[in-house]
Amino acid sequence: MNEGSATPASKQSSTHEQLLTFVVNGEEYGVDILRVQEIRGWSTPMPIPNTPVYVKGVINIRGDIVPIADLRERLGLEHRDYGATTAVVVLRVLNGSRHRIMGIVVDAMSDVTNVPSTDIKPPPDFGGGNGPSLAKGIATLSDKMVTILDVDQIFSLPGGDPVAQEAAA
Amino acid sequence: MSDLGTLQLQLMGTFFEESFEGLDHLETGLLKLEEGFDAGTVNDIFRAAHSIKGAAGTFGFGAITEFAHDMETLLDAVRGGAMAPSAELTAMLLESVDILRRVLTAHRDGSDPAAHDVGPLRRRLQAAVKGGAGGPKAPAPPAVIHAPTAEKAGGWNIDFRPHRVLLESGNEPWRLVRELEQMGTLAITSDLTGLPPLADLVPACCYLSWRYRLEGAVTRAQIEDVFAWVIDDCDLVIAPLGEQPAVAAPTAANEAPAARAPVAQAARKDEPDSPLASLRVGIDKIDFLMNMVGELVITQSMLGELDDDGPIDERRLGRIRDGLSQLARNSRALQESVMRLRSMPISVVFNRFPRLVHDLSKQLGKQVELAVTGQGTELDKTILEKLGDPIVHLVRNSLDHGLEPPEERLAAGKSAGGTLFLAAFHRGGDIVIEVRDDGRGLDLDRILAKARERGLVTAEQALTESEITNLIFAPGFSTAAAVTDVSGRGVGMDVVRRNVKSLGGNISVHSTPGRGTTISLRLPLTLAIIDGQLIRVAERPYVVPLLSIVESVQIERTLVKRLAGQWDVYRLRDQLIPIVDLGLLLGVTEGQDAADASLLMVVEGDGQRLGLLVDHLDGQQQVVVKSLEANFGRVPGLAGATILGDGSVAFILDVQGLSKLAKHKSTGGHRSAAPASPAPVPGAGATA
Repeated sequence: MNEGSATPASKQSSTHEQLLTFVVNGEEYGVDILRVQEIRGWSTPMPIPNTPVYVKGVINIRGDIVPIADLRERLGLEHRDYGATTAVVVLRVLNGSRHRIMGIVVDAMSDVTNVPSTDIKPPPDFGGGNGPSLAKGIATLSDKMVTILDVDQIFSLPGGDPVAQEAAA
Repeated sequence: MSDLGTLQLQLMGTFFEESFEGLDHLETGLLKLEEGFDAGTVNDIFRAAHSIKGAAGTFGFGAITEFAHDMETLLDAVRGGAMAPSAELTAMLLESVDILRRVLTAHRDGSDPAAHDVGPLRRRLQAAVKGGAGGPKAPAPPAVIHAPTAEKAGGWNIDFRPHRVLLESGNEPWRLVRELEQMGTLAITSDLTGLPPLADLVPACCYLSWRYRLEGAVTRAQIEDVFAWVIDDCDLVIAPLGEQPAVAAPTAANEAPAARAPVAQAARKDEPDSPLASLRVGIDKIDFLMNMVGELVITQSMLGELDDDGPIDERRLGRIRDGLSQLARNSRALQESVMRLRSMPISVVFNRFPRLVHDLSKQLGKQVELAVTGQGTELDKTILEKLGDPIVHLVRNSLDHGLEPPEERLAAGKSAGGTLFLAAFHRGGDIVIEVRDDGRGLDLDRILAKARERGLVTAEQALTESEITNLIFAPGFSTAAAVTDVSGRGVGMDVVRRNVKSLGGNISVHSTPGRGTTISLRLPLTLAIIDGQLIRVAERPYVVPLLSIVESVQIERTLVKRLAGQWDVYRLRDQLIPIVDLGLLLGVTEGQDAADASLLMVVEGDGQRLGLLVDHLDGQQQVVVKSLEANFGRVPGLAGATILGDGSVAFILDVQGLSKLAKHKSTGGHRSAAPASPAPVPGAGATA
């Protein structure tokens, strides 16, 4: 994870950002709602050989083969069995210059929130760490904090392509 | 831009496409002509030249029009029997095709078409027409700075003496004058001497004659064109103004006064390689498609009739079954015909080689016969377009380095003439294109020496034969001692390999010293639909392309052997087939003992056989190939994914990739690892 750095909440042209929020491990995360294609229930994907643990496989979304990543595992958390509230958020992701459709597995859906741009702060820099974080910003709402994810970073790995390193081997 | 602008652009696109096609056609025809005179072929060629001329005129590409006109004139002479076709003539015409192609390419790419000097060749064409068959054997056009308008002199004196009947045929001299005026500066002298006394004057007769002095970069042909309609009704003398040098004033925007770049430099960059966005499809294919859609509609209405509230009885059930099987037939046919729309015969690419080989072998002083097979093999158009250059390179290489000059061949006890084989055929799920020669083969020692000299390998490195062979693909490798016009120009085999790889293909070399070299390109069909065998591994469905399957056998314990305590092989009729634990390779199982498994599916990829441990064989069916790369990326061992009837995803296995993966894993694993058991890979356990 050595490319680019987290882009602070940059789209400040509009006064509000609309976020789709969801829960992972008891914490709230949000993504720009304009990047969300749809929300689905969990369905067992077909595992892709030789990919990182958090890539759960691919599913069929109306004829498109869409890879699914477990956000928990992507964040370095422990795997938890999928249950009734488990949802898959299907996102439009910019990878390089190409748009891809990818899904992330979250514990539960939460809400759609309007957040004034002024309430979004860049993520705190803990110094060092492992490269660009997935967090694009932190939104402080009246009662809670929401970590805004940089959807383009969720699937990116060293080399950019999720499987580039294997393919090159 | 106005609508007119976009329309113009579209038309231009079509024009270029058609013209390039026309040129190809011309070329093919000319080569055919070399084998013997054939009036039909001459007609064909003539028509091709004519259409190019006409179309170029519409778009105002004056230089092309003029040039094509000269070709046409020459061809017309041949057609009319005034000239006999000769090798020289053909060569000249072939050269003309080349130069036209270059000029067209320049127009298309927006570069300066005047960089390609058509002047000298035009003069030769015209001289040939004048001089008949034995026309002057002009030297090849020197690659020089040269005024392309040389023949267009400074201008012309035109003596136009219409016969009295000129007006009767509806021709108006003033129209001619107006046309001439547009070509340059025109000075007119009227000759009134023919005018009779008023009393004798017949108003319907033309008594006047004119002398025009036309200054400007105009060709004789252009002037002749103006007078084309009246030539039978007048005496026309066209003479150049004198030997004054051309003074610019280009008439057409695309004719600059001086050629800048030497022709040779631009020589081989010119093949139209930019992928054309449109597809020209034979009308028969469209008709077939229409038919199929018609059938589909009929089937639909037949099934629709059954859709009322009546009870489902035997009779209705039977009809539904009929309908469904008809539907299956229809959709299959429909799918095939849609695929056919995208594919074109490889002859599109192969057609340029007779010419290339013909020219090159002459240039190199070698006798080469070209043998082509499988021209009808159809390939996806997008692949075809990108395939041209790599194959050209391979053919050039073969001619330049592979095939020996006659003396050397005779000395080696071979026939004086070498043969270059071009073949295209299906193998496995791929298309294979072979460029094979019976020349001297690869000189491994020289390759190695060269690689060492270039620092590609160190002196200590011991390489196997195949490793040395593969050095020719290394970037920056070229054994050609001198950079010739033919090869060794820096675009090496590495570029060829890269191109082929970018198409998802593969390239391999096989060479026998003294016997020849074979280079094979393997390309995926990229047909979006393949015949597949459904298999199950660890309760998960996978698809194996039917074409890569050799056979499936029940495993007999005794035939499973372990080699070097590490690799399992299966003895199948005296053949040892390496066993690959598919479940382990795909990361869906922890691995199993081959001897305990029940089914072995023998597959072939890249000429190598492989036995896959499979839990269960399901049915065969056609599957639609979906790209994994669209949303994810290339996954080694997988050719793509498909969606099964129940909506679930199944991966399509790429046999070649699997064998690589297996090899990689087994060599990458620790020596002490269990047989055929690779080192654990990240993600392998994720799905457990």
